[in-house]
Amino acid sequence: MTGLLEPKAIGTDLRRRDGALKVTGAARYAYEAPVDNAAYAHPVQATIGRGRVTSVDTAAAEALDGVIAVLTHENAERLASTEDAELAVLQSGDVAFRGQVIALVVAETSETARHAADLVTVHYDEQEHDCVLDPDGELYKPDKVNPAFETDTAVGDVAGAMASADVTVEQTYTTAMYHNNPLEPHATTALWQPAGDGGDLTLWDSTQGVHPARSTVAEVFGLAEDQVRVVCPYVGGGFGSKGTPHAHVILAAAAARAVPGRPVKLALTRPQMFALAGYRTPTIQRMQLAANRDGVLSAIAIDVVEQTSRIKEFAEQTGVPTRTMYRAPNRRTTHRLAALDVPVPSWMRAPGECPGMFGPEVAMDELAEALGIDPVELRIRNEPEVDPDTGHPFSSRNLVACLREGAARFGWDERDPRPGVRLRDGWLIGTGVASSVYPVHQMPQSTATIRCEDGRYVVEIGAADLGTGTWTTLAQIAADALAVPVADVQVCIGDTAYPMASVAGGSSGMITWGSAVVEAAHAFREKFGDDPADGDEAEGSVSENPMAERYAMYAFGAQFAEAHVNADTGEIRVPRLLGVFAAGRIVNPRTARSQFQGGMTMGLSMALHETSVMDPRFGHVVNHDLAEYHVATNADVADLQAHWLDEHDDKVNPMGVKGIGEIGIVGTAAAVANAVHHATGVRVRDLPITLDKLLPHLP
Amino acid sequence: MDAEITLRVDGADQPVTVDTRTTVLDALRERLGNTSPKKGCDHGQCGACTVLVDGRRVLSCLMLAVAADGAEVTTAAGLANGDLHPVQRAFIDHDGFQCGYCTPGQICSAVGVLEESDGELSRAEVAERMSGNLCRCGAYPGIVAAVEQAAGEQR
Repeated sequence: MTGLLEPKAIGTDLRRRDGALKVTGAARYAYEAPVDNAAYAHPVQATIGRGRVTSVDTAAAEALDGVIAVLTHENAERLASTEDAELAVLQSGDVAFRGQVIALVVAETSETARHAADLVTVHYDEQEHDCVLDPDGELYKPDKVNPAFETDTAVGDVAGAMASADVTVEQTYTTAMYHNNPLEPHATTALWQPAGDGGDLTLWDSTQGVHPARSTVAEVFGLAEDQVRVVCPYVGGGFGSKGTPHAHVILAAAAARAVPGRPVKLALTRPQMFALAGYRTPTIQRMQLAANRDGVLSAIAIDVVEQTSRIKEFAEQTGVPTRTMYRAPNRRTTHRLAALDVPVPSWMRAPGECPGMFGPEVAMDELAEALGIDPVELRIRNEPEVDPDTGHPFSSRNLVACLREGAARFGWDERDPRPGVRLRDGWLIGTGVASSVYPVHQMPQSTATIRCEDGRYVVEIGAADLGTGTWTTLAQIAADALAVPVADVQVCIGDTAYPMASVAGGSSGMITWGSAVVEAAHAFREKFGDDPADGDEAEGSVSENPMAERYAMYAFGAQFAEAHVNADTGEIRVPRLLGVFAAGRIVNPRTARSQFQGGMTMGLSMALHETSVMDPRFGHVVNHDLAEYHVATNADVADLQAHWLDEHDDKVNPMGVKGIGEIGIVGTAAAVANAVHHATGVRVRDLPITLDKLLPHLP
Repeated sequence: MDAEITLRVDGADQPVTVDTRTTVLDALRERLGNTSPKKGCDHGQCGACTVLVDGRRVLSCLMLAVAADGAEVTTAAGLANGDLHPVQRAFIDHDGFQCGYCTPGQICSAVGVLEESDGELSRAEVAERMSGNLCRCGAYPGIVAAVEQAAGEQR
């Protein structure tokens, strides 16, 4: 790669281009698509954990004034592909988990659709279900873990190193079942226009990728891709749960095909989202660390147990970050799954890294305590020269710099290492640290076009803005690639009418789409020079980065937390959270800060609040709403700071960016857990850290 | 059962026929085409539907439209009267949002907070009073800074 783009617009803290639309509510989300005479769809969900539907009585629902259709497995259209069992909706009477959709009402109004859904009577042949993740239950080894990592890795002799080490840590850590819970419920407006050969389907869908969504829907219905258009200029949050289409997208399309020419709106209710929109599997992480008196690791191992659904596998790569973080000659990572009668798990912000940096980073804190070594220093002593997993050099690795910068900003040097000794006004006070990591992902395909219109440059690419800032940051990249002021660039995204773009996932958006935009800009200048005519247009695509074979590419970070625990009630507050990240070049400091802080807030929420409680008797999440599934509120967040290092990495891509959407959540929960331990002397290894886990042990 | 009511929405009288089960939120979004207030939970738990009803902040998903007959409803769209409201400008200045879905509710709530308070609000007090409006993107620091800026301009 020959140097990075000269940053002019890149690095400036422009305000969001979609700001005015969002603060007035004028930005239209999927359910708000500008269509006339919409019908409304409401799903009916299974009320058993496993079995078969033996009969569906829709008479009462159909008799209701305003009901247009009730779709069941008996009358719904046969889908062309049922390979993806999550999307094979209304194709059979089988029930694979409680909450699976078994019927769909289409009606004139949303009130009528919902009322009619309640009037559908279903009889079942119920079978025994199993929805409890048990590490001693039936487990299997998946072929790969998400997206295509080796399931297990092993180097050297961990058992031998554990037996001969000066100090060892051997503990089991667990993370809870989490639901993404974007504020915008999953929604699709679908319109089937039967005219022409086979007809055309338009979906206004809340999705992290219009093109991937189109491919999936086209395959399920046996349509050509050009028969399907997916539109999504704004996404009301996704955090992975809108990365792949879930059942409701197929349902909305099927409903639209049942009422040709009429748009159908379908929004999941918040409780429905807990069964139908993906979630993060609970994880059980058995950690082993072996070290000498100086804190130098001789072994690091993580054995992970997690769940998937019986009908579709999702294997979260929880053990993967341990392969890269620290140097140790003896290493092991394994993943085992339990296939249960549960909803289908999927991506949630930093799948793998987020849960997988909890156990290891708390274990490192336990090791530091056992050795009497400062936890920042312990991490620095185990810094690898090359990637321990591949043996490749890092394109850049600034974990140590993040730890040092964070320690200085946080005032870490004044820390008294003794746990449970600082009591002020009834509150026990402590601080903790943890490392962050997130890989640099570039997707294989994305294309952008750049066209000259009235002396301005119009960039078109089917990219997504989930709040990540794409509307603004892609313009900054295009401006520098074209060497024009950013005001001269107009960006068009969120529509399959534009060139193909990859999913906004794996923090790959800016890397992949940005590379395509840079290629398009180079092609444009090559073809038309600096004085193009109106209508001149060029196209460019992302291409494979040859450096990716030779270098390990990761962003790193360090997270510091201060925890206050009420000595009488066990209430936990986190007055300070500070993260320092080394994530390549920052395109827009204003939107980047929001992304880092947002990730850290979700990590704080994971540490203290979030847990989806599965009822083993019935197979559903009992706390399936925002009153009972607690996410961090404004008052839970106090002094929250995100900083970053100036990192120059000319190997990752022409912009020098590494992706920042996910690293903020990685390590936060461990930092908070370590701070709670430092405050109280109580080591909680099971998230979330709630007062009931502390109270029995407080003085 | 249907009912004829009139809502005064963002300064304009809007006669509308609603199901008696229709909430103010659904009347606005599905009957009157005003999609500024958002539906995040439909249970009064997230705050995305917050509007001002007769000047006070209200969760419009918990208020039946028939109970609001004749009321003055202000959405975030109505707060921008030609120019953006100072609270809206402050949200953009401090990047007090990302995905934007909770934002119209946050804005209405913030305007309500400034209306309710007599005297200066501490940072903690602003955060507490804004805690009925969830933001999953985690824009809370920007939201608090925006409310503080708007409060300063108001004084």
